[in-house]
Amino acid sequence: MIIEKCIVQSIEKVKSNIFLLKVLSPNISTKGKAGQFCNIKVSENDFPLLRRPFSIHYIENESIYFLFDVHGEGTNLLSQKKIGDIVDIIGPLGNGFNINEDFETAVLVAGGIGVAPFPLLTKSMVNKSIITFYGARNSEYIYDKNLLNINYSTDDGSIGLKGNVIDLLKINLKNLDKQKIKIFGCGPSPMLKALQIFANENNIKCELALESVMACGFGICQGCPIETVDNNYKLICKDGPVFDAKEIIL
Amino acid sequence: MSEIDLTITIGSLKLKNPVLLASGTVGYGNEISEFTDLNKIGGIVTKSISLKPRKGNPPQRIVETPSGMLNAIGLANVGVETFIKEKIPFLEKLNATIICNIAASTLEEYIECVRILNNENSITAFEINVSCPNVKDGGLIFGNDVLWVGKITESVRKETSKPIIVKLSPNVPKISEFALVVKKEGGDAVSAINTLVGTAFDIYTRKPKIKNVTGGLSGPAIKPIALAKVLEIKRTVDIPIIGIGGIMNWKDAIEFMIVGASAIQVGTANFINPNVSNEIVDGLKEYCKSQNIQNISSLVGSYVI
Repeated sequence: MIIEKCIVQSIEKVKSNIFLLKVLSPNISTKGKAGQFCNIKVSENDFPLLRRPFSIHYIENESIYFLFDVHGEGTNLLSQKKIGDIVDIIGPLGNGFNINEDFETAVLVAGGIGVAPFPLLTKSMVNKSIITFYGARNSEYIYDKNLLNINYSTDDGSIGLKGNVIDLLKINLKNLDKQKIKIFGCGPSPMLKALQIFANENNIKCELALESVMACGFGICQGCPIETVDNNYKLICKDGPVFDAKEIIL
Repeated sequence: MSEIDLTITIGSLKLKNPVLLASGTVGYGNEISEFTDLNKIGGIVTKSISLKPRKGNPPQRIVETPSGMLNAIGLANVGVETFIKEKIPFLEKLNATIICNIAASTLEEYIECVRILNNENSITAFEINVSCPNVKDGGLIFGNDVLWVGKITESVRKETSKPIIVKLSPNVPKISEFALVVKKEGGDAVSAINTLVGTAFDIYTRKPKIKNVTGGLSGPAIKPIALAKVLEIKRTVDIPIIGIGGIMNWKDAIEFMIVGASAIQVGTANFINPNVSNEIVDGLKEYCKSQNIQNISSLVGSYVI
């Protein structure tokens, strides 16, 4: 975990309300893994007071990319950064995905902006085959750079299957040996819950990347609990944000 | 000019400088130590420890508000036994003053906690939390009742000769009455203030933004209130005060010392800049140098009204 002042190298509106931020981060970039996140101070004053957590989207040389949609004051301010601005970033935070388990095919399931951590995950898995299932509201909300073997679903059918990403997954997984795959999911809570039920019922290895409102992002404020099956709380920031689907109650 | 003296004395408690880390904002020290040098600050106040482990409140536990945040963590902690076994070994290795914060639901629980932890050499002092606004049993109920605060202070005093600091609630009409009873019953100092009770609602769902409905407000939004409470105590009761409430930088720390705080605690700011306490220590030193102040303790209560 490092606090680093990073220079904005580019900020680009890549789709509807989706932005891609690229910062120069010589320190965090060498340590960051897929599924980890950074906590970014989006302003230099007390408004907003707290940092905002973002998945590491991609790492290339000494640069880190963050993919985010504008949905509040914090993300709005971040989207207005200019090239050359300095942003204060803490990272890398959290545990990241476990790709060392025994599986042949990685099945990536993304819902909306939940696609954010998957390009780096795709890059990290050189010895596995990868299939990606990507669901979104419509084609205007799809940003699919640095992903592999993508199957789409949209609410309005503007691209891919008309329906949700879990239906898409169920249709396509029939031909795969469930013992040899591992699902990685990231997206809105109802999607993750449906994915958790599907994976657990079929006894498929599955990890889910969660998000939460956070104050600190590294375990001291205790503000981001998730209930576990053994009737306890874990912290999404420190014990997660990636959890085994068998471990948590969504 | 010789080296500036940053040391502070609060009863028998000697601090190498006035900067403490507030309870509940540094865990048990280990996480934040990755970002900041804990040996450089005046001390650490641990997360509230209760006799038995507490799971804490269900999510949503926090929400940001203008220049502040509401929290209703619910005193989630590992309990005395695990604290001694798993957390103290890390704290022991530090060259830092450790102040152990105690929370309880009953008077007996306060007594028992202090009795057990009094044997730990690494604990230099106790901060008694009588003012957590986020637990249903005890907490604020004690903090709002001057008789209870007196009784708790008197009882834990009998259990330890280590310094006792009582953390006061701002959610009372006259905080100085509470400081007075702490002094009368043998407390060494008060810390002021704990969080203010507040809430926030979603205007579309019409539901509270935190599950507990109300939470404790902290951050820069509460600083003027905290300063006024510290000043009120300073002007009416002769007891050392540890100032807390929205301290974000060294200037805020100086302001608290001027209105009467012997030491200060940094809380919410740790979440945003986990190295802020070290920066505050440096800032205090620079300020003293620039203002020709030899002993920082001379700042305490030096207001001009």
